[in-house]
Amino acid sequence: MRVALFITCVNDTLYPRTGQAVVTLLERLGVKVGFPEAQSCCGQPQFNTGYRHETEPLLRRYATAFRDYEYVVTPSGSCAAMVRDNYPRMGAKAAAEGRGQELADAAAEAVPKTYELTEFLTDVLKVTDVGAYYPHTVTYHPTCHGLRMLKLGDRPRSLLAAVKGLNLVELPGAEECCGFGGTFAVKNAAVSAAMGADKARNITATGAEAVCTLDNSCQLHIGGTLARQGSAVRPVHLAEILASTEGDVW
Amino acid sequence: MSGTHQVHGDQQPSGTQRGAQSGAQRGTHQATYLGMPAFPQAADASTRNTQLRANLRHATHTIRAKRATAVAELDDWSRLRAAGAAIKDRTLRHLDQYLEQLESAVTAAGGQVHWAADADEANRIVTELVRATGEREVVKVKSMATQEIGLNGALATAGITAYETDLAELIVQLGDDLPSHILVPAIHRNRGEIRDIFTEKMSQWGRPAPEGLTDAPADLAEAARLHLREKFLNAKVGISGANFMVAETGTLVVVESEGNGRMCLTLPETLISVVGIEKVVPTFQDLEVFLQLLPRSSTAERMNPYTSTWTGTTDADGPRTFHLVLLDNGRTDTLADTVGRQALRCIRCSACLNVCPVYERAGGHAYGSAYPGPIGAILTPQLRGTQSELDASLPYASSLCGACYEVCPVAIDIPEILVHLRERVVEGGPASVRGTRTVIKPAKGHAAERAAMRAARWALDHPRLLRTGQRLASRTRRFHPRRLPGPGRAWSDTRELPKVPEESFRDWWQRTRGGSGTGSRPEGRKKTT
Amino acid sequence: MTSRDPGTQDPGTQGLDSRALVMARVRRALADVPRAETPGEVPVERTYHRVHGDRTAARTVDLLAENLADYRALVHRADAPSSLPALIARLLGDRGATSVVVPPGLPDSWLSAVPDAVRRVPDTAELTPHDLDAVSSVVTGCAVAIAETGTVVLDAAPDQGRRRITLVPDHHICVIRVTDQVVDSVPEALERLDPARPLTWISGPSATSDIELDRVEGVHGPRTLEVILAGPESAGRS
Repeated sequence: MRVALFITCVNDTLYPRTGQAVVTLLERLGVKVGFPEAQSCCGQPQFNTGYRHETEPLLRRYATAFRDYEYVVTPSGSCAAMVRDNYPRMGAKAAAEGRGQELADAAAEAVPKTYELTEFLTDVLKVTDVGAYYPHTVTYHPTCHGLRMLKLGDRPRSLLAAVKGLNLVELPGAEECCGFGGTFAVKNAAVSAAMGADKARNITATGAEAVCTLDNSCQLHIGGTLARQGSAVRPVHLAEILASTEGDVW
Repeated sequence: MSGTHQVHGDQQPSGTQRGAQSGAQRGTHQATYLGMPAFPQAADASTRNTQLRANLRHATHTIRAKRATAVAELDDWSRLRAAGAAIKDRTLRHLDQYLEQLESAVTAAGGQVHWAADADEANRIVTELVRATGEREVVKVKSMATQEIGLNGALATAGITAYETDLAELIVQLGDDLPSHILVPAIHRNRGEIRDIFTEKMSQWGRPAPEGLTDAPADLAEAARLHLREKFLNAKVGISGANFMVAETGTLVVVESEGNGRMCLTLPETLISVVGIEKVVPTFQDLEVFLQLLPRSSTAERMNPYTSTWTGTTDADGPRTFHLVLLDNGRTDTLADTVGRQALRCIRCSACLNVCPVYERAGGHAYGSAYPGPIGAILTPQLRGTQSELDASLPYASSLCGACYEVCPVAIDIPEILVHLRERVVEGGPASVRGTRTVIKPAKGHAAERAAMRAARWALDHPRLLRTGQRLASRTRRFHPRRLPGPGRAWSDTRELPKVPEESFRDWWQRTRGGSGTGSRPEGRKKTT
Repeated sequence: MTSRDPGTQDPGTQGLDSRALVMARVRRALADVPRAETPGEVPVERTYHRVHGDRTAARTVDLLAENLADYRALVHRADAPSSLPALIARLLGDRGATSVVVPPGLPDSWLSAVPDAVRRVPDTAELTPHDLDAVSSVVTGCAVAIAETGTVVLDAAPDQGRRRITLVPDHHICVIRVTDQVVDSVPEALERLDPARPLTWISGPSATSDIELDRVEGVHGPRTLEVILAGPESAGRS
C-alpha cells in the first residue's frame, strides 16, 4: 500500500503537530507514510475567492506530486473536499473553454485516491479503535465540508467513541458553521466574527477541556475566538487525539 | 443596459428613495432597495442590532427544527427532491417549447397572455391593464415577482393604490419598510413591533386597529382580518404571482396560508398575474412532486392551509377577465449560464434562508433585493448582473458551509454557483447581459486582491520558496504582533492570531525522516532522534 | 396583447415585439441544448412513493381525521344510518348560525334537520361578497380528501358551489363521503382532479406563520373548519 500524506498548507505552516500526529498514528497502524515534498496547497483559498485560473497550477502540482501513490491521506475535510468536488469542476470548465482534457485528466487521477483521514481509517484500514488514550473531556465540532461535502457521517464520532479515557460531550448547534469560510473571515468580518462568537460560547458552555475538529483552518478561527473570549478550551485536531496513547500522551 | 425608458437606470425596483418622503400619502411612498451599501457594510450594521439578531434567531431556529421534522416524515424525500430538480431541468432545457404551450393553453381557457422583457415593461403593462378597468385600487397577493419589479411603486406613480394583503406584507407596507424574507417578509419584526405598527398606521390605510390591541399573535391576526376585510369585499382588481404554471393545461397555482390569496383570486372581476417565465412545469401530474416539496420546506407543514388552482376563467365563478404577464427581467440571462441556470429551479420556499448562519446574523435587508439569503446571493447577481458594488458583493455573502444546498428541495447547489459567480466578479468572462452574449470585465476594486492571489499562487507553486517563508516566519515568531495593522485588522479585531511554530511540518519531516531524498518516493527512511 | 418595446431590442432582434424578443432570448440561452433533444430525453425518475406506507381503507380514514385535527380542523364522524342531517343541524345550532349558504347541488337531505329559522342562502350569481359576509355558515361536499396531508379538495362541483362561498363566511362545514372520496396521497388526488375546474385545496382553517414564524390559526378564510367523515348510510335516503 503506497500511502502519501497531504499535509495541507495550513497544517504545514501553522499546525505541524497535526501532521506529526497523522504520521505517528498511521505508522502505529502499520502504514508506511510518504511525504512527497513537491506538494503544496490544494488551491482552495484561490478557488473559493473566484480565482479559478490561479488555482489550475496547484491542481496540476497536486496530481503530479502524488502520482506514485495509491492513497493520499489528508487531515483536512475541507482540502479533501476541494480536491474531490472542485478539481473535476475545474477540469470540466477548462475543457469547455477549449483548453483540452489535460486538467480534467489530472483531476480524474487525483480524485479517487484522495481520502480525508477518518475515511482512510474507517473505509480503507477498516479500524475504529486505533488504540488511542486521551483522558480529557472533549466536545466535537463537525466542520462543514467534512459534514456536507464529504458526508463523513458518524466516522469521526465512532473513532472518538473508541478512544480510552475520553469523555465526549455534546456541542449545542454542532452542525452550524463556525464562520471561518476562508476569505469570508476577512471579507465579511462582522458576520464571521458573530458566527465565531456564538460557536465559541457554545463550546465553552459544554465544560469541555478541548474542542475537536477535522480542520485546522476552522480551528484557527475557533481557537482565535476562544482565546479572545478568554475561554480555557483548547482546540485540538482529531489526529492528535488518535495519536495519543497511554505510553505516549499527546 | 439598453432602453429608452430608463427612469431608474437599471432593473432595480422603481419608486422613490426610502425615507425621502416621510409623511407622504399612503400608496405614493415606496421603500426601495436602491442605493443600498454593499453586503459587508450593511451586515456590519445589522450584526450589531441586538433586537434584530434576537428576532431572526428566534424565528429561524423555530422553523429550522419544524422543517426537519416535516421532511423526516417522508422516507422518500431524497427521491422527491431529485424528481423536483429533474422536472425543473427538463422544463428549463426546453423552456421555449413549454412557454408556447402554456400561452396556447391559457389563451384557450379564456386568459390573455402578455410578455415583459424587463421590470419597466411589466410595470407598464400592469398599469395599463389596471387603468383600463377604471379602478384606482388593487388588492395584492404576496408575490416575489412584483416585489422584484417594484410594481407597487410604479402603480403609485400612476395614482393607483396597491393594498398588500398577506399579513407580513401588510406589516411591511404599513411600516414603510422593506421585505427581509421570502416567505415571511416581516421576519425582522417581533410581535411587539408589529403591534406598534398596526396601532400607529392602520388608520392611515383604512380601518384602524382595535382599541387596546395586544401583541398576542392571534390578536394581531384578528386585527389584520378586520382591517383587510373591507378591501377584499370591495376589490375589483386583484394582482398575484403564481407558484407554478402548468404548460399542458394552462393552470396557475397559488400556495398560501391565510386566505388572502383566495380573496384576491376569486372576489375581484379582473385578475392580473405577474409570473417569471421559469415558473412553468410541464404537466398537471408534475404538481404531485412540488405540492409535497414546497409546504414541508417552507412552512414545515404537511400541506399549507390553502392552495388555489385556476385555468383561464370560469363562468360565474371568480374573475371574468384574467391576464397573465410573463416576466423575463434577467431570467434568460440566468438561463444562458450552464452553471447558474439551476438557480431557476427555485420554488421560493425559503428553507435556505432559514438554515443560513449568515442570513440569521446579517438579516434580509443586507442583501439589497427582494431575494435575500443564499438564494438571493446567487439569483440577484444573475438577474441584475455583477456590475454594482452591492451585486458584486453578494456572491461573497457566504461561508460556503453548504447548509443551504442540503435543505434545498430542488437541489440547487448554491455553494457551487456562489463560487462560479465569484469568478465572474474577479475574473470576468463570458456572460449573457439583457439577452446578448458578451465577455464582461472583472468588477472594480479587486486589483490588490488579484495581485495577492497571484503572488500566493506563485509561492505555493514553488515549495522551496514556501519553505523559505515558513523558516523566516518561525525565526521571527517572537516578534509577531498580537494584532495586525491595515486589512489584517479584519481578522485580529475579534480573533487571536495563531502562534507560528518553531518548525514547519516540512522541516520536521526532513529532519526526522530522511531529508531531501524522499521526494516522491513513499519510503521515507526513519531517522533516530 | 404583445407590446412593442424599442428599448429592449437585442442585436439581431431589431423590431421584434416582446414575445418574440423573450422567445429569442430563451432560444439563444439554450444554445448548449442539442437541437434534436426532446423534453422526454431529459430523465425524470419518479421513484418516489405513490403512497407513503401501506394502510387499510379504514386506517386511511383515521389518518385523514388525525391530520385534519392536527391542523385544527374539527373532525366529526357520521357513521350511523341517517346520522348526517342531525349532525349538520347540531353543528349549525352549536355555532348559533342564523343563515347558511347552500350550493345548488347539495343533497336535500343534508339540511333536512336544520330548523327553518336558519335562513337558506342559495349560491347565485347575484350574491355579492358583502352578502356572503353577512352569512353565518356554509355547508358543502368535496371532490376528494387526502389522508397523508389532511387536505380536502373542492372543485366547484354543484355540491360545493363557487369558490367564494367557502371563503367569506367564517364557518365551513365540509362533508367527505368516506366510501369513495378519500385517497391516501397527493399523487392519487391529482389523478382524480380535473385541472380545467378551479380547485381549492384546504388543509385546516386559515392560518399564518407571519409573526415570528409561529403558526396561528384564523386569518382571512373561515376560522372554523368542520369536517364530517360520512359513512355510506349516513345521509339516509334523499
